[in-house]
Amino acid sequence: MLVLAGVLIFVFVLGRGIGDPAKMMLAPDASQEQYLATRAQYGFDDPLYVQFGRAAFGWMQGDFGQSLWQRVPSLPVALSRVPATLHLALATALIAIPTAIAIGTISAIRPRSFIDRALTVVSLGGVSTAEFWLGLMLILLFAVQLGWLPTSGYGGLEYTILPAITLAFRPIGRIAQVARGAMLDEMSKPYVVTARSKGLAERVCTFGHAFRNAAIPIVTMCGDETASLLNGAVVIETVFGWAGIGSLLIQSINRRDLPLVEATVFVIAIMIITLNLLVDVIYTRVDPRIRFGGAAT
Amino acid sequence: MAQSIPAEHPVAAPGGQHGPEASPAVTTPQAAARSSRITWADLLRALFDDKVVFIALCFIVLVAGAAIFAPFVAPHDPLAQSIRTRNKPPMTPAIQEGGVPYLLGTDALGRDTLSRLIFGARISLTVGVLTALISGTLGVSLGLVAGFYRGAIDDLIMRLVDLQMSMPGLLIALFVLFALGPSFVNLVLVMVVTRWMVYARITRGMMLSLRERPFVEAARALGCSDTRLVLVHMLPNLFSPIIVLATLEVATMMLALAALDFLGLGIQPPDSSWGLMLAQGREYITSAWWLVTFPGLAIMLTALSFNVLATWVRVITDPVSSWRWIRRGATRTAA
Repeated sequence: MLVLAGVLIFVFVLGRGIGDPAKMMLAPDASQEQYLATRAQYGFDDPLYVQFGRAAFGWMQGDFGQSLWQRVPSLPVALSRVPATLHLALATALIAIPTAIAIGTISAIRPRSFIDRALTVVSLGGVSTAEFWLGLMLILLFAVQLGWLPTSGYGGLEYTILPAITLAFRPIGRIAQVARGAMLDEMSKPYVVTARSKGLAERVCTFGHAFRNAAIPIVTMCGDETASLLNGAVVIETVFGWAGIGSLLIQSINRRDLPLVEATVFVIAIMIITLNLLVDVIYTRVDPRIRFGGAAT
Repeated sequence: MAQSIPAEHPVAAPGGQHGPEASPAVTTPQAAARSSRITWADLLRALFDDKVVFIALCFIVLVAGAAIFAPFVAPHDPLAQSIRTRNKPPMTPAIQEGGVPYLLGTDALGRDTLSRLIFGARISLTVGVLTALISGTLGVSLGLVAGFYRGAIDDLIMRLVDLQMSMPGLLIALFVLFALGPSFVNLVLVMVVTRWMVYARITRGMMLSLRERPFVEAARALGCSDTRLVLVHMLPNLFSPIIVLATLEVATMMLALAALDFLGLGIQPPDSSWGLMLAQGREYITSAWWLVTFPGLAIMLTALSFNVLATWVRVITDPVSSWRWIRRGATRTAA
């Protein structure tokens, strides 16, 4: 809630206080009369505290004003784009998390193997590549050259594959690195040595014992990645013409549609907060000690 | 910088294995101590020996050099438009007799891609380095204050850090640039504001452990002022991780700038940056692959070089591992 209030105040101060909303809405070549008319129409010439009161009152009721571009209330427009973004985020998570855990675990079990080297390349490449460029390259290869998949658009599986792979690339590198580190760490601990020395199969030691404990940092990392996932989604949705909330934000910015921009930022903030909350819940499921407030340790 | 690195290692090194000035016969403690100091010559030789790092450094020097001397290096005028050379593929010969061929092709306005890349490097590098420096200064200062004084000011700063950490930086940057309008100054400012907390977190964390150390207590007992204590005694201990972080951040900042450019809120035409070239080339992706390939490749290679460099800086600024690294290089050269 604090974060949400912070975001709203931030949006208001920047949008209404520092920036000039009427100028933002109008095209750069608008006349002075148009400018004054817009100011009067939206009440931007009122004192700031009056504006703030009105905005806060409206926002609490979910009223962000009419979208200038679509001529309908902004919030429903923004909300209607949420499922598409969640669809993409889910597809990305489905690709990224299992792949990352598999790569990380294998490279922890077999250091210096091919997979281990591949991981170094992927994670170094992940932090050095502009995500949208990777997307463009994938379009170039699979859509333009090979013609296997559509270049862009929002739709079913064939439309989902390229953007999801693009978005998954960086998290795979990061999560796999964490998984590798955590597994190596756990595998050298005394309880794994005990498990081994009492003759348990290597498979049981690895997956039954070490992996369960290594899962905690992995889940944390996955959680950290959710915020940056939405970050990346803004760019990637634009590249692939995906009808999600990220591309809506860019469209409304380009159309100087202040009410819609505000509504979109608000919805994205809520999405991030919800995702973070979800990660916290999963966290307590993975590590029972947290649920009991540390009493069980 | 290299002179100031104390290369103490628990095992006294036999002279001659590393350090060109110590002859193998001399094994007096004094000589051993002298030879365990890392000199510029050691550093350079070891650098030359590690091929990946060497290539990365060369690439950064190359890009920076091209950016600085852009008007002399670029084969064509980056703004010269020509209808006759629209969207020509790489290696197209120049239209005028004896001209340099369009090595990387031309864009939709007939401008030479390579020349535009060279001029674009100016903005991309400037923004990357500048923002990393400014946000580093800001973040480190706030981290020092938070970690040294603790209490209410620490709470305030860390609350701010947490708040920013939970919001994606790109989103904040987009909204700020929308509200204030995209300009070079706004761009640098907004990138500084979205990244300072990375430095602040690390600095504060290290300060918390440093302030309990005996040497800080000793300095305080000798009557050091707070300012002197922080700046002269504690800050130098934080240099290594901060420099590593700053090197990484240059790459991050360049990528962030590219994303903002691509979304149309970064550098505005007629100025050019690598991200903007990508945005402009995107329309022609089906017909002119070179327009989207080369600028992205430039971004990736530069960012990759900075990342590789960061791992190297991490190794050499850490006394123990730098000793190993140099020695490994030295023995290999000797063999």
